[in-house]
Amino acid sequence: MGAPVQNLASRAQKSSLAESSISTKRHNRHLFSNTMFRYYFLFSILALCLVLGLVIVFIGKTALLLFAHLSPLEFFFSFNWSPEEEAFGAAAFIVNTLSLTALTLLIAVPVSVGMAVLCAEIAPKWLKGFIRPVLDLLVGIPSIVYGYLGLTVLLPFLRRVSGEGLGDGLLAAALVLALMVLPTICRISDDAIIAVPRKYRDAAYALGSTRLQVIMRVVLPAANRGIISAIILGMTRAVGETMAVVMVIGNTPQLAKTLFTPSSVLTSNIVMQISNVEFDSTWNYALHMMAFLLLLISFVLILIIRILGRKRRDAA
Amino acid sequence: MNFTRTRHSARSQRNNKLATIAFYTLGALVMLLIFWLLFTILSKGVPSLRPDFLIKQPEEMDAGGGIGPVLFNSFYILFISLLISIPIGVGAGIYMAEYAPDNKFTGALRICVESLSSVPSIVFGLLGLAIFAEYFNVGLTILGGGVSLALLNLPMLARVTEEAVRAVPGEIREAGYALGMTKFHVIRKVVLPVAMPAIVTGVCLVAGRAFGESAVIILTAGLSTSGEMWDFNLFSPGETLAVHLWYVQSEAIVEDARQIADKSAAVLVFVVLLINFIFRFPLWLGRRRGR
Repeated sequence: MGAPVQNLASRAQKSSLAESSISTKRHNRHLFSNTMFRYYFLFSILALCLVLGLVIVFIGKTALLLFAHLSPLEFFFSFNWSPEEEAFGAAAFIVNTLSLTALTLLIAVPVSVGMAVLCAEIAPKWLKGFIRPVLDLLVGIPSIVYGYLGLTVLLPFLRRVSGEGLGDGLLAAALVLALMVLPTICRISDDAIIAVPRKYRDAAYALGSTRLQVIMRVVLPAANRGIISAIILGMTRAVGETMAVVMVIGNTPQLAKTLFTPSSVLTSNIVMQISNVEFDSTWNYALHMMAFLLLLISFVLILIIRILGRKRRDAA
Repeated sequence: MNFTRTRHSARSQRNNKLATIAFYTLGALVMLLIFWLLFTILSKGVPSLRPDFLIKQPEEMDAGGGIGPVLFNSFYILFISLLISIPIGVGAGIYMAEYAPDNKFTGALRICVESLSSVPSIVFGLLGLAIFAEYFNVGLTILGGGVSLALLNLPMLARVTEEAVRAVPGEIREAGYALGMTKFHVIRKVVLPVAMPAIVTGVCLVAGRAFGESAVIILTAGLSTSGEMWDFNLFSPGETLAVHLWYVQSEAIVEDARQIADKSAAVLVFVVLLINFIFRFPLWLGRRRGR
C-alpha cells in the first residue's frame, strides 16, 4: 500500500515542478516582452522627434545656403522675384501669405464660431448629432478637390459677380480656404464652449439673462482661450495649404494689391517652381528658405497655442 | 408675483429671438453649402462614369483616357505609407498615453509631436525630395511618395492613438494589474481591445486624408506613371489620382480633360467617403448592438 502512495506523491511533486518551470518560463517571457515593448514604444516616439529633426535639418541646411549668395535684406524686403535675372525678393509672397491668412480668418471665424455656438448651446440633440458628422465630411474632402471646385465653380461665379476678367486672386483663395478651415475652427471652439462649467450659465440665467446674453457675455468670454487656440490652429492650416490655393490664386509673383490681383503665396510658389530648378542653384535655396519660413511660422503659432493652453489650465 | 415687462427686457427678448433665428439660418446655410458641394462634385462626375474609365490607361493625345494606373498607385502608395506609419504612430501614441512620466522630457516630446503635426505638407514634400531625389538619388518614385506620406501621417496617428488610449477607464487597467499582469500584457489584452474602435476611426481619418494628399506626392512621386497597370515596382514613378486631377486640369492637352478631371474628382471624393464610412460601419453597428 505504501509504495503506490509514495509513487503518487512523487508524481504530484514532479508535475508541480514541471508546472512551476513552465510558469517561470511564461513569467520570463512576459517580463521580456514587457521590457522589449517599453523600449519599442519609446523608440516610436523618438522616431517622431527624429523626423522633426530631419525636417529642420534638411530644409534648414539648404535654406541657409541662400545667404551665402544673397543678402537676407534683399530676400525679405525686396518685392522683385525674377529668378531668370537672379533677383530673389520674397517680400511679395510673405505679405501675400499674411494677407491671405487674415482674409481667410475674417471670413471663416464668424461663421465657424457661430456654428460652434449653434452646435454647443442652441441646437437640440438630434441636430447636433447631424451637424457634427456633416462637418467631418468637409474635413475628408481632399484639398485638390477644393481647388478644383474653386477653379470650376467659384471662379466663374466671381467673374460674373465682380465683372473682373479672370476672377482669381486673394478673394477666391480666401473663400476656398475659409471653407477648409471651417470644420477645424468649429470643432475645437465647440469643445471649448462645452467645457465651460454649467454653473456659469445657471448663474447668468438666474439673473434673468436671455440666452443671447448668456452666450455673448458669459460663455464666449469664458471659452475665449479655447476659441483663440482653435483660430490659430485654423491659421496653421491656412498658411500651409498648397494645392487648393495654387489652383485659384493666379500664380503671378507680385504683390496682391486688390482682391482680384493674380498673385502667389509661399506655398503655391514653391510647388509651381521646385520641379524646374537645379538642386545647386540660388533659386532652389530661395525656395527652401521660403519653406523654412513656413516652418517657422507654424512653430510660432503652435507655441502660442501652448502658452494659451497653459494659461487656461492655470486659470481653471 | 408680477414681473413687469420693461422696454429694456422687451428689447433683450427680441434680440434673443432674432439671434436664435440668425444662428439657425447660419447653420442651415452652411449645411446646404456642404451638401451642395458634395452634390456638385458627385453629380458632375458620376453619371458619365463607366467601369472601364477606372481601369484604362490615361491618354496623352486622344480623348477617352482612363485612370487605371493612377488609381492603382493611389492605393499602393496609401498602403505603403500606412504600413510604415501605423506601427510607429500607434507605438508613439501608446507611449505618450501609458508610459510618459510627467516631466520635462515628456513636455519636450509633446512639443515635438505638436510641431510635427503643424508642419505644412509641402515641407514634407521638400523633405522627401531632398532625401530620395538628392541624397539617395533614386528620383521620383512610389517608395519616396509612400515614405514621405508616412512621415506626414505620423503625428496625426500618434495623436488619435493617444486620445483613444487615454479614454480607456483606469479601473479596468487596475483590474488587470491586480491579476498580476505585466504592463505590456495589460496594454495588449485590456487597453488596446477597448481603445480599438477609436483607433480604427482615427486610422481611417488619416487614410482618407492621405488618399487625397497631393502636395507631397507631386514633389516625391512625380507627375507620371510607368504606363503599366499592375506595377508593383517600388522604384517606378507613382502619380496618384489626386495628382492626376492636378495634372489633367493644368497641363494635359487632351480634349476631354475637363470630363476626366470631373470624373477623377468624383472618384476621389467617393473613395475618401468610402474609407471614412466602410471601416466605421461595423464599429458603429457593434456599438448599437452593445447598447
